[in-house]
Amino acid sequence: MPIEPFTILTSRTVVLPGANIDTDQIIPARFLTTTTRAGLGEHLFADWRYLPDGTPRSDFVLNRPEAHGCRILVAGGNFGCGSSREHAPWALADYGFRAVISTELADIFRSNCLKNGLLPVIVDEPTSAWLIEHPGAQVTLDVLAGTLTLPRGAAVPFALEAFARHCLLRGLDELDYLLERRNEIEAFERRA
Amino acid sequence: MAGAPQTLFDKVWRAHEVRPESADSPAVLYIDLHLIHEVTSPQAFTVLRERGLSVRRPERTLATMDHSTPTLTAQVFGGAPIALEAARRQVRELEANCAEFGVELLGLTHSERGIVHIIGPELGLTQPGKTIVCGDSHTSTHGAVGALAFGIGTTEVGHVLATQCLLQRKPRTLAVNLSGELRAGVTAKDLILAIIGRLGVSGGTGHVIEYRGDTIRALDMDERMTVCNMSIEAGARAGMIAPDETTYRYLEGRPRAPRGEAWERALEAWRALPTDALARFDREVELDAAAVEPMITYGTNPGMVIPIGGAIPQRCGDAAFTQALAYMGLAPGEPIRDRPVNVVFLGSCTNARLSDLRSAARLLRGRRIAPGLRMLVVPGSQQVKRQAEAEGLDRVFLEAGAEWRESGCSMCLGMNGDVVGRGEYAVSTSNRNFEGRQGSGARTLLASPLTAAACAVRGRVTDPRELM
Ligand code: SF4
Repeated sequence: MPIEPFTILTSRTVVLPGANIDTDQIIPARFLTTTTRAGLGEHLFADWRYLPDGTPRSDFVLNRPEAHGCRILVAGGNFGCGSSREHAPWALADYGFRAVISTELADIFRSNCLKNGLLPVIVDEPTSAWLIEHPGAQVTLDVLAGTLTLPRGAAVPFALEAFARHCLLRGLDELDYLLERRNEIEAFERRA
Repeated sequence: MAGAPQTLFDKVWRAHEVRPESADSPAVLYIDLHLIHEVTSPQAFTVLRERGLSVRRPERTLATMDHSTPTLTAQVFGGAPIALEAARRQVRELEANCAEFGVELLGLTHSERGIVHIIGPELGLTQPGKTIVCGDSHTSTHGAVGALAFGIGTTEVGHVLATQCLLQRKPRTLAVNLSGELRAGVTAKDLILAIIGRLGVSGGTGHVIEYRGDTIRALDMDERMTVCNMSIEAGARAGMIAPDETTYRYLEGRPRAPRGEAWERALEAWRALPTDALARFDREVELDAAAVEPMITYGTNPGMVIPIGGAIPQRCGDAAFTQALAYMGLAPGEPIRDRPVNVVFLGSCTNARLSDLRSAARLLRGRRIAPGLRMLVVPGSQQVKRQAEAEGLDRVFLEAGAEWRESGCSMCLGMNGDVVGRGEYAVSTSNRNFEGRQGSGARTLLASPLTAAACAVRGRVTDPRELM
């Protein structure tokens, strides 16, 4: 699937402060009966976003007018834990998010984000605490520089391994990289 | 040249490096066994089709269906259509994809079908030293035999189908050293819940756990699988246990295990896998298994767990904790014991093997479940179901007032219509007590099969030792 290259993104943030938000919250299992990737944004955080009768809960952050158009999600620690369902980043991306900022992201979720052009950003506690206390802050993420720039101009570095950076900047697909390793894979199979 | 001492994980990892990792790129890791199911594979096959790719090594992939499949006999074997249209579509789509790409499928009515993590070991496909992946986080289960097994996303399912490889950064290692004998009434489930309580739900992030020590050596294979199964609930990439005579006895003679000379050769290789005496782990944690009590969760992640006789803790100023207790309808300081229970679910890849059913049946024999309580017993595979029936366990459950179903994930994630009602309390032998996991608004208390059976009899949270 072609991925949009990711260079620089400036957006206001939406904040979900709780720790350990699992992928069952991001996209409940009953929506996994789909056989495509499209349209999952509608069900993002379904059980928090809608009342049992389907009407939006006015007190949930994504339903507030100021959340409209925000492309960066700030979340509590260990966001995306639990099920490996890639439907979670699909739903986030389909909704319009392009980055998730936290002190820690669950391993499989982080890996799934990178495959869908969703930038995982790990920051230190003070930066995270500041972001959580300032929902709606306008911040800039620069993939090449590996920095998060806060409204007052402070640039906080975030770690992103070289390969992931390379793929994000060019919108590259890991599958192409693996397919190019065909000779090495064949050689391995002969050895094994 | 004698190499540096290595851990079990290091040995399996190195043996599968097509290309080791470097500063610029992750390792290309070869995958020996790929398991797929109906929920996380359709979009991967779509990518293959869009790009005109084939499955590189179809014989290394095995498909089954478990997550969204019905558990009512008539819907599985005919007589009634699959009630959920979307599930029916996923089942049909997996059948079509497997046929088109030449992948073996243990389909809906196959006698060897079951929860993907139960059938791998049961068939003897899960073997020491293998790399095993599946689009499912509880793939860690297979680590119980000394395999490196972990969950992947759907894009990666496509990578493995197309190339038999994955791009991976090498995880760190974490030794969980367990000593002492489990007390009567304390099971492998209680042990892993206690470990998660200790590590926390992100304590294992970025790591592969190796469970070690005399406690682990004394566990049988079913119990080891229960332990490894929940590694992901501590955030770990995988859980592993070094193979030993218990492992080899379990595997020998299984339909897809090596035979004859191949078995002898395999055995020789497997005996070299355990962690070398002087090998170093990135981290180590110790736990006294003899002090573990029957455990039960009270919150909305598996780390929110206490001994069944304990009280719900207090954590002032922690909004997520407060929200979790509000969701559960519980208050800090309250005992968990004697809380009313509406539903008991005995099933899932954590605790639906034959020994789990036996352990619950032993307690239920000659007893009835509490009036008004609903108990669902869902064997982990069709083979487990047949074995249980041959021993008369189905009769024990039915006579106690429980429902006896066809195998599948069922109420573990509530995709197939088997759900817990809004606000209801369910004691479940599964692995996740997340909000809404077993149905919108459902409240899950995770426990062992023994505890679940005791709760079913009393209709309240009950220490199983009171009924033993
Ligand atoms: S039983 Fe539950 S945890 Fe296990 S594979 Fe099925 S849904 Fe996942």
